[in-house]
Amino acid sequence: MTFAQKVLSRASGKEAYPGDIVSAKIDLAMSHENAALVLRSFKEIGAKEVWDPEKIVLLFDHRIPANTTKAAEGHQSVRNFVRSEMLPNFYDLREGICHQVLPEKGHVLPGMLIVGTDSHTTTYGALGAFSTGIGATEMAAVWATGELWMKVPKTFRFNLTGKLNDPVTAKDVILHLIGKMGADGCDYRCTEFVGPVVDAMSISGRMTMCNMSMEMGAKAGVTFPDDRTRDYLKGRTSKEWVPVTSDKDADVEKVFDMDLTGLSPQVAYPHSVDNVKPVEEMTGIPVDQAVIGSCTNGRAEDLLAAEQILHGRHIPDSVRLIVVPASREVYLWAADSGILASLVRSGAIVTNPGCGPCLGAHQGLLAPGERCIATTNRNFRGRMGSPESEVYLASPATVAASALKGQIADPREVRA
Amino acid sequence: MKGKVWKYGDHVNTDVIIPGRYLDDYDFKNMAKHAMEDLDPRFAKDVSYGDIIVAGRNFGCGSSREQAPLALKHAGVGAVVAISFARIFYRNAINIGLPVIEFDATGMFEKGDVALINMEKGVIINETSGRTSRFEPLPGFLLEILKEGGLVPHSAKRFH
Repeated sequence: MTFAQKVLSRASGKEAYPGDIVSAKIDLAMSHENAALVLRSFKEIGAKEVWDPEKIVLLFDHRIPANTTKAAEGHQSVRNFVRSEMLPNFYDLREGICHQVLPEKGHVLPGMLIVGTDSHTTTYGALGAFSTGIGATEMAAVWATGELWMKVPKTFRFNLTGKLNDPVTAKDVILHLIGKMGADGCDYRCTEFVGPVVDAMSISGRMTMCNMSMEMGAKAGVTFPDDRTRDYLKGRTSKEWVPVTSDKDADVEKVFDMDLTGLSPQVAYPHSVDNVKPVEEMTGIPVDQAVIGSCTNGRAEDLLAAEQILHGRHIPDSVRLIVVPASREVYLWAADSGILASLVRSGAIVTNPGCGPCLGAHQGLLAPGERCIATTNRNFRGRMGSPESEVYLASPATVAASALKGQIADPREVRA
Repeated sequence: MKGKVWKYGDHVNTDVIIPGRYLDDYDFKNMAKHAMEDLDPRFAKDVSYGDIIVAGRNFGCGSSREQAPLALKHAGVGAVVAISFARIFYRNAINIGLPVIEFDATGMFEKGDVALINMEKGVIINETSGRTSRFEPLPGFLLEILKEGGLVPHSAKRFH
């Protein structure tokens, strides 16, 4: 059986095969701001109480602190609900981005079935969970019943071999895969990332991979637990867990063997995430703004990679560099380690932990004609502001190098 | 259902269906005024109740925002017919009661043609040209959710 089959078989209480539609019991249900929408539907459904308060995690990250009165009202309605239902796992706006905070706080364990009202819920696959994004209304049904219908996905396996040359990282790998597969190349599939490249990746890098697996259509992305997973979970949870992996003879629809030796830093051109080219083919494009952050690349090693490029140097006045730590834990680490001070000395603006400008709500929107290079996950038209602006996606090292040069730049050259 | 056709290409994403800047407004009628704004500014102004969107591959890719199908529904859209859908959009559409049909109708419709669709029978007709095609109807339990107006009324039965 595949990993996806095993998790969904356990959750539905019967042997699940690709294509089956099962009713699955949910282990963890996450919502951010759109919990306001969830609770509206929840009240309409008429359930007296949520099915299991322990299994619901709520926080705010998209618009924090509230950027409009309407956003504040949304926050308020969720806070009132949390109080009246006495939900124990609520982090308000203090902790940062859901996809960073849930793993940090030990909510995510290998083998779990997790749903979240956010498309990048696939991130939790980095710890070996089956994790996928759903809508607000179906989350209301989950709150009421603890169950959700799901189609058991087929599996694509990416066997990634070779060795990445510094400063090429997980972001470059996943952008490369998205470019090869296309924005719908893995539609409805569970994507498994295996092989020496993945084994050598930190949990942080694996989160980047699983996070953006959804940008090629994946229902879930997963990397399987190992010693790094054990180390990450140590001290974060006291709960027992058993790794779930695909069997050797599992029914995998397709295996993609890719040797990544010599892979260049990758950049996704506007206005689609699969419009990917190696950085050397697009250096020299001027940028107005550079953003380092998001659930894709706002972690400690991402900030560190940027700082290593920028260390002791100053970005030009023509560029706005916005750094958004993914969580309070990351923020404190960056503060204590001196990384934050160094980035600020280089000319960065550092915001509170959260989604930042990624989804175009606040904290750095773009005017018509402006260009931004960002470590975020989407470059759709109008994503970060004006529909006449452009967003380029890249790794923290490439974004930092580009901020320094005022134009899209190859981090290998800027570092040398 | 019957309506005039709006035609779009591949990978129509949730950010152009309803841009992030409007997501703080939970009044869906207001929000619907901005439906498709970044892709087709005429859409929200000219769309009529029951109109049908015909599109290419991977319709609704991107974010999990349920406001995407909600914006289309509240703008008056009666159904979306696309070669393929992104999975969360597809689920959301059914859950909020917006019919979605996975079928390549791009060759049989021009913008402004009148489409007639029978969800149960799996028949789609271009009344303007007279062409008729068949598609695989949705599984019974999804049709039932749609008929009841979405997952909320469907689930409410369990609690009332």
